[in-house]
Amino acid sequence: MRNAFLDSLFELAQRDERIVFITGDLGYRVVEKFMEQRPRQFLNAGVAEQNMTGMAVGLALSGKIVFTYSIANFPTMRCLEQIRNDVCYHDANVKIVSVGGGLSYGAMSMTHHALEDLGVMRCIPNLTVVAPGDPIETRAATRAVAAHNGPCYLRLGKAGEPVVHRSDVDFQLGRAIRLCDGDDLTLISTGGMLHTAAEVAERLAYEGIRIRVLSMHTLKPLDADAVRAAATETQAIATLEEHSLIGGLGSAVAEVLAELDGIKVPFKRLGIPPEFSPHIGSQQYLLAQHGLSPEGVTESLKRVLESSLTAV
Amino acid sequence: MIHQRVSTTELAKRIRKHCLLMTNRANASHIGSSLSLAEILAALYGRAMQFDPEVPDWSERDRFILSKGHGCAALYAVLAECGFFPLEWLDTYYLDGTRLPGHATHKGTPGIELSTGSLGHGLPVGVGMALAAKRDGRQHRVFVVLGDGECDEGSNWEAALFAPQHKLDNLIVIIDYNKIQSLGFVKDVIDLDPLAEKWRAFNWAAREVDGHDLDRLEDLLTHVPFESGRPSCIVAHTIKGKGVSFMENQLQYHYTPPRGEELALALAEVESSA
Repeated sequence: MRNAFLDSLFELAQRDERIVFITGDLGYRVVEKFMEQRPRQFLNAGVAEQNMTGMAVGLALSGKIVFTYSIANFPTMRCLEQIRNDVCYHDANVKIVSVGGGLSYGAMSMTHHALEDLGVMRCIPNLTVVAPGDPIETRAATRAVAAHNGPCYLRLGKAGEPVVHRSDVDFQLGRAIRLCDGDDLTLISTGGMLHTAAEVAERLAYEGIRIRVLSMHTLKPLDADAVRAAATETQAIATLEEHSLIGGLGSAVAEVLAELDGIKVPFKRLGIPPEFSPHIGSQQYLLAQHGLSPEGVTESLKRVLESSLTAV
Repeated sequence: MIHQRVSTTELAKRIRKHCLLMTNRANASHIGSSLSLAEILAALYGRAMQFDPEVPDWSERDRFILSKGHGCAALYAVLAECGFFPLEWLDTYYLDGTRLPGHATHKGTPGIELSTGSLGHGLPVGVGMALAAKRDGRQHRVFVVLGDGECDEGSNWEAALFAPQHKLDNLIVIIDYNKIQSLGFVKDVIDLDPLAEKWRAFNWAAREVDGHDLDRLEDLLTHVPFESGRPSCIVAHTIKGKGVSFMENQLQYHYTPPRGEELALALAEVESSA
């Protein structure tokens, strides 16, 4: 996703000189092309995220389209008040980009795990929150946030995520993408869990269970229509995210479901418990420890389906 | 300077009187923090800065950021005096339904570049504005006023490190060094001295001045940058509550507005000042 983002941003910057890319001293061997070929549109803010974000606002209020870039929680929580007061209250045209969302940084451990960012960022007025599902969505999301006049948060994985979509997608901010369809259950995924969702759908299909998979790449504004449709057209709903169970996709979908008049549907949130993990290891290892491997998710969904049948 | 205006001495006096009336009417805090700013704002708006109140978003205007947003009564006063909005707006300061809250806001208030209130936000944004001007080959300058207590915030020092790296000599910081912060004297909370030396060590061109001496302030502010290729810092030695003898250098007037008889006494003192 990181490379898809940087390639897309480079293309955009070649066409639009208003684009400014600011890194918080990160991006070794990936940002050099931008730095060398678009020097007047590039800045290294150093290891100073508060200044990076405030400075982005000053540039944006002067007519620039500014991307701030760092890893994990550094471009978000480290400078959260700059995002709230300076970026969002001024509706400044700043795009905050975090690489290494969720558990991407694996054994780098707790400081480098971004597991509350979506919840925190979702609370802030004026901020569009986007977590694309694969490199193809990442390219489209980069173009979409650049074209959107206002603050955005773009949460990316790291590198090497598999391509899930077979072709270019119809990507619109605030509109979920349906990856496959079925009426037994809807699995709503955000961010890099999309490939797991796709694999789970295949596993279940072998067993005759047909599920709908939605890529909810935009957390805010949430596609409430897609959630409502899932609640009426399929038997159960589950959410899947590499994020705390508090505040992210599961919470956002629950907020919609709780206020649906007269519609009750079995619902399950799959994500990371809101506690500091005792486990140390790679992203895959950590996901498996939290039941978020393809096997773990498949089993969880089967239990959801069994209990929904029992309830009937 | 684009339109006719009064002398900077008279402008400073009017700022003080407005601040006294505004904080009294609304029972609002921060009168001391506003009074210490009067000459700094009078010198900027009355002399040093280029702007057009008829076209507040004129692209070549000098930018001004009051990073110590709690001193906004003085900023609203000078903006109204310069014609950015009607003087009557000042009567609504801090009252229900007003456009003018107790920290500077840009929403619906012409002339305010940046909403401030939480400390340590103004300078990084000012750096971005100065950088944009440099990269776009524009001539306007960016003036940022910091409070002294505010200099405790690390974000200022991040920006202070960054600005010289990019030779932002179109950026001018003025520190309203009135020596009192929220809970006491600056020297007793976190001593900032030697303050100008700190900025010099960060590769800024720094000067110190009596922040109530209009001639000296105007002289400095019309001779920026002090050194080509370096941002400028003016450490303005001021007195909290300046202009009203019983408020001067008193922590209490960070919080308490002039009440009852105090108002008439304070206004009379300001009126009779030279």
